[in-house]
Formats: sequence, structure tokens, C-alpha cells
Amino acid sequence: MFRNNYDNDSVTFSPQGRIFQVEYAAEAVKQGSVVVGIRNAEELSSYQKKLFAVDEHVGLAIAGLTSDARVLSNFMKQQCLSERLTYDRAMPLETLVSLIGDKAQLNTQHYGKRPYGVGLLVAGVDDSGPHLFEFQPSGLTQEMLACAIGARSQMARTYLEKNLDKFADCGRDELIRHGLRALKETLVQDRELTVENTSVGVVGPKEPGKRPLEAFKVHDGAETKDWINSIADDTETSGDGMQVDE
Amino acid sequence: MAMFSQNPVLNGPNYSFAEVPQHAVDGLREHRFNPYTDNGGSTLAIAGADFAIIAGDTRLTAGYSINTRYAPKVFKIGGSTSSQDDANILLSVVGFAADGEALKERLDAVCKMYRYRHGKPMSVSACAKRLSTILYQKRFFPYYVHAILGGLDEDGTGAVYSYDPVGSYEREQCRAGGAAASLIMPFLDNQVNFKNQYIPGSGVGHELQERERVPLPRNEVEVLVKDAFDSAVERHIEVGDGLQMMIITKDGIEERLLPLKKD
Amino acid sequence: MDHRPQAWGRPRDDVYGAYDASYMQTNQPNQHTQSPIVTGTSVLGMKFKDGVVIAADNLASYGSLARFTDVKRLRTFAESSVVGFGGDVSDMQYLDRHLTELAIDEAYTSTTTTPNAQPTLNARNLHKYLSKLLYHRRSKFDPLWNSLLVAGLDEAGAPFLAAADLLGTTFTSPSLATGFGSMLAQPIMRGLVPDEASVAQVTREQAINCVRECMKVLFYRDARSLDSYSLAVVTKDGVELSENEKLENQSWAFADRIKGYGTQTV
Repeated sequence: MFRNNYDNDSVTFSPQGRIFQVEYAAEAVKQGSVVVGIRNAEELSSYQKKLFAVDEHVGLAIAGLTSDARVLSNFMKQQCLSERLTYDRAMPLETLVSLIGDKAQLNTQHYGKRPYGVGLLVAGVDDSGPHLFEFQPSGLTQEMLACAIGARSQMARTYLEKNLDKFADCGRDELIRHGLRALKETLVQDRELTVENTSVGVVGPKEPGKRPLEAFKVHDGAETKDWINSIADDTETSGDGMQVDE
Repeated sequence: MAMFSQNPVLNGPNYSFAEVPQHAVDGLREHRFNPYTDNGGSTLAIAGADFAIIAGDTRLTAGYSINTRYAPKVFKIGGSTSSQDDANILLSVVGFAADGEALKERLDAVCKMYRYRHGKPMSVSACAKRLSTILYQKRFFPYYVHAILGGLDEDGTGAVYSYDPVGSYEREQCRAGGAAASLIMPFLDNQVNFKNQYIPGSGVGHELQERERVPLPRNEVEVLVKDAFDSAVERHIEVGDGLQMMIITKDGIEERLLPLKKD
Repeated sequence: MDHRPQAWGRPRDDVYGAYDASYMQTNQPNQHTQSPIVTGTSVLGMKFKDGVVIAADNLASYGSLARFTDVKRLRTFAESSVVGFGGDVSDMQYLDRHLTELAIDEAYTSTTTTPNAQPTLNARNLHKYLSKLLYHRRSKFDPLWNSLLVAGLDEAGAPFLAAADLLGTTFTSPSLATGFGSMLAQPIMRGLVPDEASVAQVTREQAINCVRECMKVLFYRDARSLDSYSLAVVTKDGVELSENEKLENQSWAFADRIKGYGTQTV
């Protein structure tokens, strides 16, 4: 009989990246008697929120366990606040990312702990300019020029690599369009980027090269409409007609 | 015995060096470092029908010295960024400046965490209660400040909350705080709450009818604030240099800086 | 008000009444009493259009004894800011070691990604940090008995000058002076820079000359001062620190008419 080797404790991930004890725990809900919640107006279900504003100059995107991401995001928020309190400055991105890197690394080395089941892209602007960091559950952190993580992200990375040289001179809107085109690459057949399933987080100076910063803002819903429409009918998306099997 | 009382007697024996105790008094006596000082200055807040004004002078003193002529006492609180462009609450602190700064930063951090957790700004009434608990948490080593919180309530009406150093608070129409509070408050009682103002010819003695209280319009309040400070500057040495006025309306917060006498 | 460092942080006589000296008549040591032992006197600072001038003399006094005559009370931080220390010298040396450590940590964490980047602590950051440290220590009833001036540039490259004292009180002004300087030098400096707007009109030479003049006035009238002093100028090009300045063109002519100065003939 099939035996699951990865469900003895809640500190061991399965090779597929699942924590079975947590999923079994969810089954316990089904043992309870029925309750009904109801509300009117507005939609009940929506896509999972994946972008968080950490501080005015930093935001992050997550791929993986949302609850783990919240723990990291809360921690980063606290660190940014205390940096402002003690030094009256925006937390340097490299310092911030290495803090969560160290935190995640500890979990890989101690008995009875489990790694964070989430990957992050941390984007922000500090005194030394704009930065993008990738974070992995192993504790690895790496500064990137462009990056994609999560399901089918290889397609997006391929697009980003192809267009890497263009990004440095891009304006804000053009850069967002590149991001959306890369995102579009990852979609499965017959799916489209829509205002319901797309959010865009942006941080940068109000005027190019100048200081007052426009705080990290997550654009979703109608705010993303123009950007999505502007890439809806361009043909360059699939690069040179490259075909990749899923 | 006269020699032990605060005030020496005018006739009869006074303090004599011969009577100085030659031995230590029983029990431990400490001469400790004093962690407080008074940095002077004065603040004032008035709530209107659809606005609130908080004002403070900008002088910071130590004894008879002026440390600086520009040290703001009124702060925007609860914005989403450090520039506080979208702040919805005002806080003024007067008394011990270092405690005031610490209190301001604490309350602002609380508001920022609230925004992060709930995705919306803190209401003025919620912030008012939170400030009270922050002050009371240090009941036995208090923040030595007279804090005043201002903003618009849920109905858009001007709100002013005033505090004592250990967190007792109350919503009021107006309040003066700091060094010249005792000079300004009676003036406010008369001009804002119309105390001792009666309708002429309405009767004699208890028959006299009080003038009806109405919220003052914004332009009148601004003049009132300036007059109050001009008068305080005249009679109190710790008040002067500049007047910082913050006006909160539904359109946001406006800041005005006016000169005061520098002498 | 009494501006000697020994009086800082003590209950003010005009508020709390004079100290009752009868308590001092004890044979046991007074255990929890804290006071500065070896002290430095005033620090002066003044903004000008491109930066800040800061000065302090090289004397560390032991009460009324001029104990150490070559103690440098200005220190640079990250080649872009200067901190001037008044008050207790051992606490100054503690802070100095602490700042050295902080500068090393900063240098490690800041410049690895972008070579031309400057995310290191500027004068404003440094002042905030020091004032937090001082406030924290006063809240533990274990104060660092100093009064500091921090000079440098802020994040926008504008001149920055701010003070912090043993209670954690902070303030900024176009010109600042600690201790005796707040009474003797500050009025002279305010004549040149009465407000922020006037800073833009003041040249480097004007500011330096004014500060030198103030150091002279302090040497004339502050009994705990010295004619050898340190002077630093901070601009966007960095810090120029000179630690062996001498007061020049002193005139003691006024002393003839004052009892207590020099040889008295009457």
C-alpha cells in the first residue's frame, strides 16, 4: 500500500514542497458541523494577494506559502521602522535582505525547525539607487537586474534575459510593460492577463534621478488596465516564435 | 519648628549654621541624577465645526538660555510615509523636549503599524485612546509632557484631545498647554467657550442668560491663536520666536509659520 | 543658569531650591551619586553656505585643575561628519570607541553592491543615533555626561548642525554652542547667522573667523578653557580637521581695569 513518508511531522517538506501535516490539519475542518458565512455585493473570491508594501521604499512579491511570507514581511516591516527610528533613514536594501537571509539560513541548520516555504522578490530604492533581490528558502539572497520566481517562471526569465540590455534605459511605463510581457509568457494556454489577476508594485523617484521618492504602491484592479491593454496586442511577446512545452 | 518649614519666619529665630546637623540623617539618602528638564514653550489647540487647529511656539529653552529659535512642537502623525503628506492626525507636545520627541515617534510607529496591518489610517478617536495607554504605560517614570492630539472625527467635526503626563485624557473644544497655559487658557475660556459672557439686559443675577455657544469660523480662530500667543510672548520669557500653526480640514493639513517677538 | 558641566542634569536651584548641604555631612561614601570627573568645556559650531565649522579647545579639566592640555575633543566620522564633545571625558572616550565600531560595521555593510554608492550614515543619521543612545542611557538612570554637537551634511547635501545632551534633548540651529559657549559665544555667532536664511550669505572665511573670535572670547572669560584648540570644516569635499590651532592676537588690555586679572597694583 502507498505510504507517505513525508507526513510524520510538520517540519519536513515533501519533494513537491508540501507540508502534509498542515494539509491534514485542514481536513479537521471537515469534521466540524456546518457553518455558513454570507455577504452581499462585491465578489467573494479573488486572486491571492502576492505583493506587499514593506516600507515606503521597499516592497516584495511572494511565491509559495503566503503565511510564511507574512511572517517575513512583518519582520521586515519592523526592521525598517526601527531603522528609521534609530538612524532616521531608509533601511538599505542589502542590509534588509541579508537579515532575512540569515533568518532563513538558521532554519536550515537547527533541529526541529523548518525552512520558510516561500521565495521572495524584494524591490526597493535606497540611498545607493534601485535594487532588486531574490530570496530563496535556503537563505540564499542574490541581487538581480531582473528576475522571476514561481510556477512556470522559466518562461519569464527567458524573456527577461533576452531583453536585459533594454531595461537600464527604460522609462517607468516601458519597464512595467516589459514586466507584464514577461508575466504573460508564464501563462498556460487560453489564459490572459486581466485586471482581476494582475497586480503591479512600483517604487521609484517622483522625477527621474531626483530624490523625493514615490512610496511603494501596489496597483491592482482598474489601475492596471492601461498597462495590460497596451501589451494585449503586441506580437513580440513570444520572442522569436519560440515554442516551449509545458 | 520654624527652621524646618519651607518659609523662614520673619520675626524670631531663623536658620542658623550652628544648628546644621553634624551627623548623617538616619536611612539612606541619595542625590540622584535628574532625568528631566523643562524646555519651555507653549501649545494651543482649538476645534471648529469642520476643522481643528493646533499651534505652538518654536522656541526651545534651557533655563534662561534659548537653545534654538526653531524647534517645532506640532507634528503630523499617521502618514504612510516619513514625509507625512497623507497624515490625518496632529500631535503637539510641550514640556521635556526629549520625552516629547520619543512620544511622538512612538505614536507615529503605532499608527504606521496600524496602517500596515489594516490597510487604512487610524481614526482620531482610536489614536487618542492609544496615546493614553502609551502615556500610562510609563506611569512610574512618565513622559514629562503635556500632549494635545487633534484631527477630524468620524463625522468630519474638529476634535481636540488633551492629556496629562500619565495619560488622563478628555475630548475638548479647546486647550492650552505648556509654560503659558495659565496665561492662555482663561482667554480661551472667554473667547471660545464664551465663559462670563451674558446677553445684555437678559436679567439680573441668576436670571442673566449666557451667550449661546457656537463653533467659531476658521479665520476667527486663526486670529485668536495669534492674539493668544502675542499676549503670552509679552508676559512669559520661555515663549516666543516663531508660531507654528497646523490646520487640519477634510482637504488635508495646512501648515503656517508666523513670526513672534524674539526678545 | 549655571553652565558648568558639573551643573548639567541637576535640579535647577530656581525651580527646586538650593541643595541642602547638610546631607553632605556624612562619613559614608555617597553611592549612587554621579557626576562628571574630568571635563571638557564648550564646543562651538556654525553653518556657512557650503558646510559647517566646528571647534573645541584641547583641555580636559579635573575640577578647577587644568589636568590634560592635549585632549582632542573633535572626532570625524566616516570622513564626512564631525562630532564635538563637551562634558565628561571618559564618557567621550567611550562614545569615541563606540563610533569607531559603528563606522567599521557601516563600512562593511554599505558599499559592496555599488562601488560609487554612499549609503553610509550621514550627519543627520549619526545625530539621530547618538541622541537615541543618550536618551536611552538617561532613561536607565545611567547617563553619558556629555553634550554633543554633530556637524556635517544631510542627505540633500545641505549643511547640518545639531546638538544632543545627556538627557537626550536635541535641537538644531544655524549656530550652536554647548556649556559656557551658549552664553558667551552664541550671541556673537547669532550676529552673523541669525536664521537659516542668512546661512547662504556666509562664506567659509567669515564663519571660521567668527568661530576663532568666539574661541578667544571664551578663553578670556571661561576659566576652564585653553588657548590651544581644534577646528574642523566640513564640506562636500570632506573634513578638514586641524587639532593644533593657537589663539592669535590676544589682547589683555581690558584686564588692567578688572580686579583679579594679572598683577594688582591697588
